[in-house]
Amino acid sequence: MKPAPFTYYCPDTLDEAVRLLHEHGDDGKILAGGQSLMPLMSLRLARPAVIVDMNRVPGLDRIAVNGDGGLSIGAMTRQRAIERDAALAERNPLLAAAVPLIGHFQIRNRGTVGGSLVHADPASELPAVSVTLGADFVLASAAGERVVSAEDFYLGYMATACEANEVLTEVRVPAWKAGRLWAIDEVARRKGDFAMAGVALWVDMDGGACADARITLFGVGGKPVRVEKAEQHLKGAALDDATLKEVERIVFEELEPDSDIHASALYRKEVGGVLTRRALGAAAARGTEAA
Amino acid sequence: MSTKSILNLTVNGKAYEKLVEVRMTLADFLRNELDLTGTHLGCEHGVCGACTVIMNGEAVRSCLLLAVQAEGATLETVEGLADGDQLHPLQAAFQDRHALQCGFCTPGFLMTASAFLKENPQPTDAEIRQAISGNICRCTGYQPIIEAIAQAAPEVGGSPPPRHSRESGNP
Repeated sequence: MKPAPFTYYCPDTLDEAVRLLHEHGDDGKILAGGQSLMPLMSLRLARPAVIVDMNRVPGLDRIAVNGDGGLSIGAMTRQRAIERDAALAERNPLLAAAVPLIGHFQIRNRGTVGGSLVHADPASELPAVSVTLGADFVLASAAGERVVSAEDFYLGYMATACEANEVLTEVRVPAWKAGRLWAIDEVARRKGDFAMAGVALWVDMDGGACADARITLFGVGGKPVRVEKAEQHLKGAALDDATLKEVERIVFEELEPDSDIHASALYRKEVGGVLTRRALGAAAARGTEAA
Repeated sequence: MSTKSILNLTVNGKAYEKLVEVRMTLADFLRNELDLTGTHLGCEHGVCGACTVIMNGEAVRSCLLLAVQAEGATLETVEGLADGDQLHPLQAAFQDRHALQCGFCTPGFLMTASAFLKENPQPTDAEIRQAISGNICRCTGYQPIIEAIAQAAPEVGGSPPPRHSRESGNP
């Protein structure tokens, strides 16, 4: 038996789930898709006394389009469901492109949107994508609901604003602007591995100049890293070689990654800058294609 | 609700009811409780793919599920592929193309390929490579495995709609 002993609850309703979380506090741990928690438990790096399995709670796996064209994505939506949703790819191409970068298809068959967001591995794609998209997270507890922006949600290395008695139920993604340019790219040693560095970005153009942009990197710090200096530099500029090279330099300067067994800090800074330049180039090319 | 639970599930067409410890993984349950030792355990943390089984039609890592999570589920393991002495087309193709040496990773590859081909009956080589990227083989090399899956595709996938309609974006 690999995991340490625990008491297992499999609630049928969200009310029951939050009541269990309220009751067990720090001893309780939510089991969503299990693709990160199960390895941690089998290696006994995590030894939760109580498991609250969300897999039988109905209604948490819906993808809905809001009145303003934004998306409401239930936290228990399998990553694979997003991958298979052609309509979602039209509504949010960046999110659709990010999901196939997560692990392998067998992992995405079980892995959930909410599980990845709350697990908050700094090298994972969805937290950075949610920051770049300006998403809001709905957290439920026995006291009710509260909404936290993705940017405020990530506090540090695998630390989030989600309290022990709370569960993420829904992700709200603002409407995608028509004509928005975007790209996501990452460097990993093998297909499906965690990224050593990656970037998710979008750019809104007004004529030939950038009107607004959002650039968020992953794998280069304890949490998703938004590079506002680079965004500021883009505003009002054309996506030409000089701009892209300057953005690369800014990203290199701004990143403060750590070294670990996978890559050195300097490598991550370098790759973060290069990836951002390339991704902006890919985004610009999309604009040229569309024109 | 406790540390033990009654589990009902169907594996390879056979219904089972067992009392299991809630902390037992699905992989250990298949191997130790049902004696279905064809499902192999390599890394036991979701990296190697050897333990891949098909649950309710989808390929999953059985080491990353608790057995109790399979309550009510229909599972297929490598033991369910052959029909008596008649090899499954994927198994026959693996034999034909020498797509295994030690065979440790093979059950995972077979179950991955089986689920994949049902979803994508006429895959390109690039799609096959992508599909098996979550399965590790340490002796054969991947080329014969890719060839075997391509060879078995027409038999496993059935008769799909013509390729061009899929690529034009129609489901």
